[in-house]
Amino acid sequence: MPSWATRNEVIVALVIVALCVVTALINPSFLSLATLFDMLRNGILIGLLAIGVMLVLISGGIDVSFTAIAAFSMYAATMLLVDLGIGDSLLLAFLISAGIGLSLGMINALFIAGFGLPTLIVTLGTLSAFRGFLLAFVGSDLISNVPPAMRDFSRSMLVRGTDAAGYFYSLPTAVLFLIAAVVITWFILYRTMLGRSIFAVGGSREAAARIGFNVRATQVFVYGYVGVLAGTAGLIHASLARVANPSDIVGLELEVIAAVVLGGARLTGGYGTITGTLLGVTLIVLVNNTLVTLGIPTTWQKVMIGFLILLGTGLPAFQARLRANRMG
Amino acid sequence: MTSPPLLDLIGLSKSFAGVRALDDVGFAIAKGEVVCLAGENGSGKSTLIKIVAGAQPADAGSIAIDGQVQRRWSPMDAVRAGIQVIFQDFALFPNLSVAENIALNQELSAGHRFINWKAVRAVARRGLERVGVDIPLDQTAETLPVADKQLVAIARALLSDARLIIMDEPTTALTEREVRHLLDIIRRLRDDGVSVLFVSHKLNEVFDVCDKIVVLRNGRRVAAGTAAEFDISSLTRHMTGRDIAAESHRRAAGADARELLRVEGLTKHGAFADIAFSLKAGEVLGITGLLGSGRTQLAKALFGLTPVDGGCIAVDGRPAAIASPQDAIAHGIGYVPEDRLTEGLFLSQPIAANIVVGTVDRHTGGGGLLDRHGLKAEARRWIDKLKVLTPSPDLPVQSLSGGNQQRVVLARWLATNPKILILNGPTVGVDVGSKAEIHAIVAGLADAGIGIIVISDDIPEILGACARILVMRAGRITDEVSGEVSADDLALRLAS
Repeated sequence: MPSWATRNEVIVALVIVALCVVTALINPSFLSLATLFDMLRNGILIGLLAIGVMLVLISGGIDVSFTAIAAFSMYAATMLLVDLGIGDSLLLAFLISAGIGLSLGMINALFIAGFGLPTLIVTLGTLSAFRGFLLAFVGSDLISNVPPAMRDFSRSMLVRGTDAAGYFYSLPTAVLFLIAAVVITWFILYRTMLGRSIFAVGGSREAAARIGFNVRATQVFVYGYVGVLAGTAGLIHASLARVANPSDIVGLELEVIAAVVLGGARLTGGYGTITGTLLGVTLIVLVNNTLVTLGIPTTWQKVMIGFLILLGTGLPAFQARLRANRMG
Repeated sequence: MTSPPLLDLIGLSKSFAGVRALDDVGFAIAKGEVVCLAGENGSGKSTLIKIVAGAQPADAGSIAIDGQVQRRWSPMDAVRAGIQVIFQDFALFPNLSVAENIALNQELSAGHRFINWKAVRAVARRGLERVGVDIPLDQTAETLPVADKQLVAIARALLSDARLIIMDEPTTALTEREVRHLLDIIRRLRDDGVSVLFVSHKLNEVFDVCDKIVVLRNGRRVAAGTAAEFDISSLTRHMTGRDIAAESHRRAAGADARELLRVEGLTKHGAFADIAFSLKAGEVLGITGLLGSGRTQLAKALFGLTPVDGGCIAVDGRPAAIASPQDAIAHGIGYVPEDRLTEGLFLSQPIAANIVVGTVDRHTGGGGLLDRHGLKAEARRWIDKLKVLTPSPDLPVQSLSGGNQQRVVLARWLATNPKILILNGPTVGVDVGSKAEIHAIVAGLADAGIGIIVISDDIPEILGACARILVMRAGRITDEVSGEVSADDLALRLAS
């Protein structure tokens, strides 16, 4: 088998195609613009978070606190906007939410880059701390009268219409944020020294330090970037839902990490691609959506995702072992 | 007036937790000079390199570049001064391409914020040209063979306008032919005016390539001079602090010795084919070949680590089905792997536990409980017998030097009472003093009636230890020679 055939991207893409074919056979209305836009809409939050997680995995770390950051930023920003009566500017809303996300990301960075603590331990701690702080000191009630800017944003569509079968479809403007995040992240990773330093640090921290990369600065950037993405994703989520619910988003972390790992990023660091991550996100969103369409109970989603992770990470590992055995 | 030396080390000292790793060490390296830093493990070589590289500060002493004493000395200062260190692990990025591994350093020090892939490839190509090799630029570094990784590291060092390249044990993982290639490259660099500080404990290489030799022992400079002032025995004496007799440890089988092992038509597709030989009690049989000749695969197959596609193995005259290490051990076969760190030892576990781990079954008392005193006594016995140098058997194995670690691996197998012992690269990464002692131990084991197979590409070692040598090439045994051939002759048979 050629090496490209065993890459995660290819496996995931094949599974996606297969899943689409099966779903379309059972439910022909699946193949519609409405479904596509629906999935895109559902993919914005997971996609933004996944891009951040991918960056962390490439840099050789892991972050499980990003959902708490997203929920915290979303809720605190909405609350500020409402309480201060400054909810008319969308730009300001995003700046506040991303700013809060950045600050929380910096707390992670302080422990990880500053004190050199293990990333999993730190982010497990901050996951719990951010979430607890949010519920205990910021608030635990739903904010359903979201500021006007957020409400308008939720109604803003790039495309809307009704297809031949009479289904209504619409694509929220928020999807532009996902596209922008993809383009910016791609540019950083593949066109800037900073991006190469993320790969370098993830490949070999020691070697990166030896040739003069500032490993700590790279880590600060990575965790800050995750914070900004999480803050942005949180605000988009609250806008689209037209409610800031402090218990939203948290709990998604394993699903997001699963999407990224399915896309070929390695937990040991150094590897990860945007294409792979987006495919992983697509697969997770697809599983979440289509199983319902297929009449499979939602509890099976978890089983299915678990199985896909084992397949997606196990198959390339198995192939690598066969190769190693042959070469000896 | 002569120009000041490129690098001058003056009175460097360094202590770790009260232990003197370096004590008032100084020497100079001139432009275009190849200096060898020789010394056993633990002599302070690595500490010295780290200080020169700026990775660790010295407690006392100074570093002068072109006669200028440097006040600040960080890794970046060292790089700016034209000093490039190629560490044993090459410090490559396993996940990045060859091109990036070579060029990233330069792009970074040029202060570029953005990556121009065309420039990266051009720079990398130039680097490989200076080394005189051709390695695919897009290949991921982790998939390269060791020798190529090293060449990539050298190419990278050369590009940063290196005036002094420091190579830490550059030949450890290389085959004879690759070592010769490396030495050619070092000579080329010297002719280009690049200085090289070559750290090694393989003595024959030291003489081949060096202008000057500096010997460290226990953190002190015990000798220094031009290569012509030393010979193998004086160098060995300086390194070890004692005379090591170059006695032969060759053991041939007695005429009436019984046959312990017979291998016929052993084949594994893509690794080796039609391997046939026999091993008698008390014999030390050598198997040599270049990297990729199938020697390691064969060793693993004999020990049941890789399944074979055909052929048969007989132990003690009876056919033996060896499909797993458990089968091999049951037939009295022991295997000391090439990479003892990852395959042979539990590094963080105590020395004693490492020795008795294979014989725990024999020390279980009533109710399946372990007889702790029995285990301890057994471990002690082997520590004494093989002269493992340690203050306590309770220390972790990783606290030992390479030679002592290898003794622990040997002890583990000897404790199982093997009939046949397969030693793969028994003295890789082991210093001269320990090497001779390990060879003596091996000879002693053969005298005790154990059949021993030594697999190695260290030609002097194989000639010194084995009475009969099988040469493998491309997966087949192409030659059988006695230990009386010359080293050059054997090297020729390996490579041709």
